[in-house]
Amino acid sequence: MQHESTLTKAESPSRPPAQLRPEDDRALEKGLDNLQQETRVQSSWKSSITKALLPVAALVAVIYVWQMYVWIVRPRPDQLPGPLDVFGTLGTLWQSGEAVETVLTSLQRGVVGFIIAVVIATPLGLVLAQSRILRGAFGPLISGLQVLPSVAWVPAAVIWFGLSDATIYFVVLMGAIPSITNGLIAGVDHVPDQHRRVGHVLGASRWELATRIVLPAALPSYVSGLKQGWAFSWRSLMAAEIIATGGTLGFGLGALLDQGRQFSSMSTVIAAILLILFIGIVVELLIFGPLERRLLRRRGLLTGGSR
Amino acid sequence: MSTAQIEITGLSKRFSADAPLVLEDVNLRVRPGEFVALLGASGCGKSTLLNLIAGLEEPSSGTIASPKAAFMFQDASLFPWLSAQANVELALQLRGASKTDRRSEAARLLELVHLSDAAHKRPHELSGGMRQRVALARSLAQNRDVLLMDEPFAALDAITRDLLHDELQRVWRETGRTIVFITHNVREAVRLGQRVLLMSSRPGRVVAEWAAEKQDPVALTAEITTELRKEIRRHAA
Repeated sequence: MQHESTLTKAESPSRPPAQLRPEDDRALEKGLDNLQQETRVQSSWKSSITKALLPVAALVAVIYVWQMYVWIVRPRPDQLPGPLDVFGTLGTLWQSGEAVETVLTSLQRGVVGFIIAVVIATPLGLVLAQSRILRGAFGPLISGLQVLPSVAWVPAAVIWFGLSDATIYFVVLMGAIPSITNGLIAGVDHVPDQHRRVGHVLGASRWELATRIVLPAALPSYVSGLKQGWAFSWRSLMAAEIIATGGTLGFGLGALLDQGRQFSSMSTVIAAILLILFIGIVVELLIFGPLERRLLRRRGLLTGGSR
Repeated sequence: MSTAQIEITGLSKRFSADAPLVLEDVNLRVRPGEFVALLGASGCGKSTLLNLIAGLEEPSSGTIASPKAAFMFQDASLFPWLSAQANVELALQLRGASKTDRRSEAARLLELVHLSDAAHKRPHELSGGMRQRVALARSLAQNRDVLLMDEPFAALDAITRDLLHDELQRVWRETGRTIVFITHNVREAVRLGQRVLLMSSRPGRVVAEWAAEKQDPVALTAEITTELRKEIRRHAA
């Protein structure tokens, strides 16, 4: 048997290698395809539950340490109330409807401000990414504005717009626009040249190149710019709400914080901080986290993510 | 003499006025439906020649007459946010195919490269060989008579490469494309090309030519390898 096969091999040295019958070829190909493809590791439900439980456990631990500290050291309640007092205050705020009102007021401002920021920053980023001259002229300014704490705009905004919603929105926009713009510019910058070459070879027009190739390629960076932009708007909003109160302004979370300070009610202050934190976490967990993960996973860029 | 699909006369290329010549006086005629393998050592300007034919670069002197060509790169260069099918469909869309045609045509092309099962997978889920087959389907989707291939199988393992050689030959016969295939692998050139052209390096020039059909591939491979080595040895000094 073995002799035979060596013989056939020796007899036809000039034949090109691997000349098989078509159906053998097809099976060989299928086998290779199956062998060489990435085998996807399904994460078990056990590990995802562990992942979800870890932060909850950390939270419980922090509250436990806090409560123990209050029981053992007994700080003045107007300096540091215990978790139970704070939860009590939260309950009162909830029952009086104040919690819902302040959260809705702030969230509405945050969302509206963020949407306006996206509407302004997106075309701005696109123009700057395309034009070398404008980019050279305004790029450093935008990067600088990204570093400038937008709360620095509050006094100016109060002088220009008085104690109105315009003041709040102005500060939010100054916080969010630079981040979103820069995210988009960075995304367009990092589109591999090869993508553009392929687009050219495939016969894409300038417009098609921009909409069908460059923008989709820049999307992950744009989304992380959006995420940072939201974080900046939320922070700027809180800063603005603490400083600019009264007038025709509605009562937001920042105003609640300020009220707690004026009434020396530490439990109100901590309750307000918890509410602000809670909104931030919820938006990240429900919107930006899944959006980013989905984008990256579809492109095979998510490597054993820890979140 | 039959009409040429690609006709290159007196082509020279340098990348800037004081840069050395990359290509010097290249003359080349490719007949319709012909499979030409362009062989050369690294840095002989063969990729530049292909880019010039594709219109990705401009010649410094000389003329190139070629219809618009489809192009296949060394890496598959698929768009990572699109599935295999959508990558092919995008090429069809950019060509101006209607939406209903796109779907069926993309499915047909993926079947042609035996990838119907993987149509909805994304590039990162495919093996290197499968990605190159999607890229092949995509370049066929452009429906151009000329297909330019820049070492498309160089990064693949030997088994996969052998298989893709068979596949490319089959696709070539079924579609009747004119193919210019660049490689630095003598065996690959002899295996695929009807005609094998050897390019010199620095500057690049076509220095020898063999008809590879109806020849003993082993003997021809040995002969061309000797010539290629001679060509490379000239640069030893």
